[in-house]
Amino acid sequence: MTENYTALYEEHKKLGASFTDFGGWQMPLKYSSELAEHHAVRKAAGLFDLSHMGEVWVSGLEAGAFLDYALVGKLSAIADGKAKYSLICNADGGIIDDLIVYRFGDEKYLVVPNAGNAPTVAVALAERAAAFNVKVEDASAITSLIAVQGPKAEAILLKLTDEAQHALVTGLLYYAFNELTVAGHNVILARTGYTGEDGFELFVANDAAASLWASVAEAGAEFGIVPCGLASRDSLRLEAGMPLYGNELSLERSPFDAGLGGVVALKSKEGDFVGRSALTAAKEAGSKRKLVGLKGLGRRAGRGHYPVLKDGAVVGEVTSGQPSPTLGYPVAMAYVDVEHAEIGTALDIDLRGKAEPFEVVALPFYKRQK
Amino acid sequence: MAKVAAELKYSAEHEWISTDGSGPSVVGVSAVAAEALGDIVYVDLPEVGSTVTAGETCGEIESTKSVSDLYSPVTGEVTEINDEAVGDPALINSDPYGAGWLFKVTVTEEGPLLSAQEYAEVNGGEL
Repeated sequence: MTENYTALYEEHKKLGASFTDFGGWQMPLKYSSELAEHHAVRKAAGLFDLSHMGEVWVSGLEAGAFLDYALVGKLSAIADGKAKYSLICNADGGIIDDLIVYRFGDEKYLVVPNAGNAPTVAVALAERAAAFNVKVEDASAITSLIAVQGPKAEAILLKLTDEAQHALVTGLLYYAFNELTVAGHNVILARTGYTGEDGFELFVANDAAASLWASVAEAGAEFGIVPCGLASRDSLRLEAGMPLYGNELSLERSPFDAGLGGVVALKSKEGDFVGRSALTAAKEAGSKRKLVGLKGLGRRAGRGHYPVLKDGAVVGEVTSGQPSPTLGYPVAMAYVDVEHAEIGTALDIDLRGKAEPFEVVALPFYKRQK
Repeated sequence: MAKVAAELKYSAEHEWISTDGSGPSVVGVSAVAAEALGDIVYVDLPEVGSTVTAGETCGEIESTKSVSDLYSPVTGEVTEINDEAVGDPALINSDPYGAGWLFKVTVTEEGPLLSAQEYAEVNGGEL
């Protein structure tokens, strides 16, 4: 159970957060209303503590070659200052975790795994590093991560940075990052997120986290920023069709089942990597079930593990589901037999004994206007 | 801390019931429960004219995060349901002891009920 507290725990308590255990961490679930927090991110800005996420540094002469071997993507090909979404699989092709890799230079990368998986990923990386000239350092315990998400995120960051650095903020592309000073603190500022909105994630040393959090909250006040917990983070990422490890992703699912075949560099990587032969076989065999989006035609939401039905027969299982606050109807992600996974297919979700009508729709459910 | 209305009685399953004795009693869910559920988005209530039984489920309450059964604190016949709460379930969060009431029932038998004091002691509410 909970053993870990972020450097911002006291701030959350002062804000009246209700807490939940997530991946062994005591995290804010919500501060007031999770719906209000959700809408704030879509319309203005939200402030998240993501310090439970891991930070693992990979450095050394063979850092790129090592990551190409340890992960399924071609990380050596990332440009400096850019980030890439990837997966770490086991030899059977099962997903150990999804993660983001940031490239600082050809000998320096940062790997960011999920909270609950961070120790496992750090150990797996260290094991896989044995034959490479690299150093793997788990900095999770000394690093905090704060996210500022929403259409007002950029305006808030501009208030907290020197004018000379404004171009580094405004010019930052999606999945790119810069090292700069935010509110007087050394920060890695990345234009990444898990909400479907524009926004930033700020890596900062633990001892600066509370001060940075307060500065962002103060600068964002005029724009309507609110602190947001994991409840709204979950509803936001679900609308954006983003998978959550433990729900959509697991050791039992291949990246191809999850619609993440594009992340697996079977063609562009010539060398071996962990999971390669199993993933090659899985791709050739094809998926029996695949991840789809489901839109509810009624008012009731499907929830994780509820059966998906076609004419009364079970053809799948919900992985995540809830009423979409932005769209106003229930949404769910589910693994469904491929023959029933076509867009437009009418399916039911077994809602505790009642069949409720849903329809297969394209993911994401929600896309922001650019 | 969530409020526990002093003038009401409560079931262990977090329903409150008014017991002023004149006419049907009013049933709702406590602020403690509404807060724990999160933002309520759907409520399924028993039909008018149906009989509810103390301690048995008589509907469902769905929040953004979960679905919970609604238990009847008493046995009796349902005489009215709160259509406004069905149409706007957020009322259950904003005013659980007032506009967010759920249904009215002619009580034939009470289930085990707690006083506000007892309920607050068990569930950490504020009188």
